[in-house]
Amino acid sequence: MSTERYAILKKIIAVYLPEDVAVDRITDSSHFIDELNINSANLVDIVLDVEDAFDITLENEDMDQMQTVSDALGIIDRKISSK
Amino acid sequence: MDNRVVITGLGICAPNGIGLKAFCGAMTDGVSGIRFRPELARLRFSCQIAGKPEVTESHLNRYFSPLQLRGMNASGLVYGAIAGTDAWKDAGLPMAEKERPDWDSGIIFGTGILGADKFRESILAIDQGNVRRLGSTAVMQVMASGISAYLGGILGSGNQVTTNSSACTTGTEGVLMGYDRIRAGKAKRMLVGSCSDSGPYIWAGFDSMRILPSKYNDRPMEASRPMSATAAGFVPGSGAGALVLESLESAKARGAHIYAEVLGGTVNSGGQRGTGSMTAPNGEAVVRCIDSALRVSGVLASEIDAINGHLTATGKDAFEVANWCTALGRSGSDFPFINSFKSLVGHCLAAAGSIECVAAVLQLSEGKVFGNRNSEDLHPEIGALVSREKVPQRTMAVAPKTVIKASFGFGDVNACVIFRAFND
Repeated sequence: MSTERYAILKKIIAVYLPEDVAVDRITDSSHFIDELNINSANLVDIVLDVEDAFDITLENEDMDQMQTVSDALGIIDRKISSK
Repeated sequence: MDNRVVITGLGICAPNGIGLKAFCGAMTDGVSGIRFRPELARLRFSCQIAGKPEVTESHLNRYFSPLQLRGMNASGLVYGAIAGTDAWKDAGLPMAEKERPDWDSGIIFGTGILGADKFRESILAIDQGNVRRLGSTAVMQVMASGISAYLGGILGSGNQVTTNSSACTTGTEGVLMGYDRIRAGKAKRMLVGSCSDSGPYIWAGFDSMRILPSKYNDRPMEASRPMSATAAGFVPGSGAGALVLESLESAKARGAHIYAEVLGGTVNSGGQRGTGSMTAPNGEAVVRCIDSALRVSGVLASEIDAINGHLTATGKDAFEVANWCTALGRSGSDFPFINSFKSLVGHCLAAAGSIECVAAVLQLSEGKVFGNRNSEDLHPEIGALVSREKVPQRTMAVAPKTVIKASFGFGDVNACVIFRAFND
């Protein structure tokens, strides 16, 4: 896992955390909705931010599989390596 | 139920002041918020001036979280959220706790078009086949009820949360809708108000109708001239005003500061018959609206100390003053003071009623009648109806007790409300 990519992703996610969830609650196994309490509507925005930050495009299937932080990192790694 | 309804909170985001203190100072001193707008010149508008609240980065960070600001491109939503949140805090009311809404508090916050800039941004993306890039907030920024929904989330309101829309009467109509709800015992507190976006996409249609002044682009502060012989059209404006209405019982129980009482009012329409049309009022309907407001409020025409008119600075101002004379049965030196706040903020369209209601109420709580900037050359037809001193050019410390306020809008719709200094 690239620590650089993880850091970028963490910074993206932090914006969408509810006020009562601290940034240090984000770990690579965190579930976006169940653990980080992120509003499901905002997952769409996280995907757009990820696309912009890494210059990749995520498909609907990728979004469906993106449940946890490590899911997202896996998808990012795959998209970048197949560029 | 027959609850008395009082005003316990005010909030304002106006072209000449954001926040009550700044706004009240500007209204008292006749400070205009109308400026030259380079973007209108670039787009070849005839009228290149407008009233727009000076919202800064620091305002945005004070009222919105970084998440709320992401992709935010709806100026009316920003103005409405600032005014609405401020009014609630000014009333000393808390945000509802995390797990339980405040079932007794509701919101009626109107608008005309919301999020025009966001809608444009979305349309451009859609037309390029980029639907998936719109993000999650495109819907709530452009739905009309986005503003009441947004405020509902901030305050945690559990009563009715809705948005009314009736062109330039929107804000005044909202006051009466909230009043009715509290009076009927259906809510204890209602945040009422309205907001209107800024920008070329909102104002262009009016420019194209040639009802905006085109000869004051180099003198913006002189352009909005209600009741003047040289009135040349209305200056477009924007912003938001908000009032917390509350049952007297609720206000007393929590020891709230009371700005004024809402005695009642009327909304009606001229049906686009007679002198009425889509864009012009039926005079008989205006007279009936004012007359009915007096009757339902139990107020005599002789008790009115000040009128805050709609008075947009078009050729219709003299007709409006004539209608006030007929409805009140008063004229000459017996006429109440009359003013239009549009000389300082422009015509804030859907936000006009609420911004002007806030200012009308401030006149009661501050003991003043605000002056009419740019009225030095009173229209001769108005001068023939009422004495010059009843159209004050500068703010007067005359402590009005009862103020009547009317707003009229496209579609030949009218709203008239009466406020009185609170007396237990």
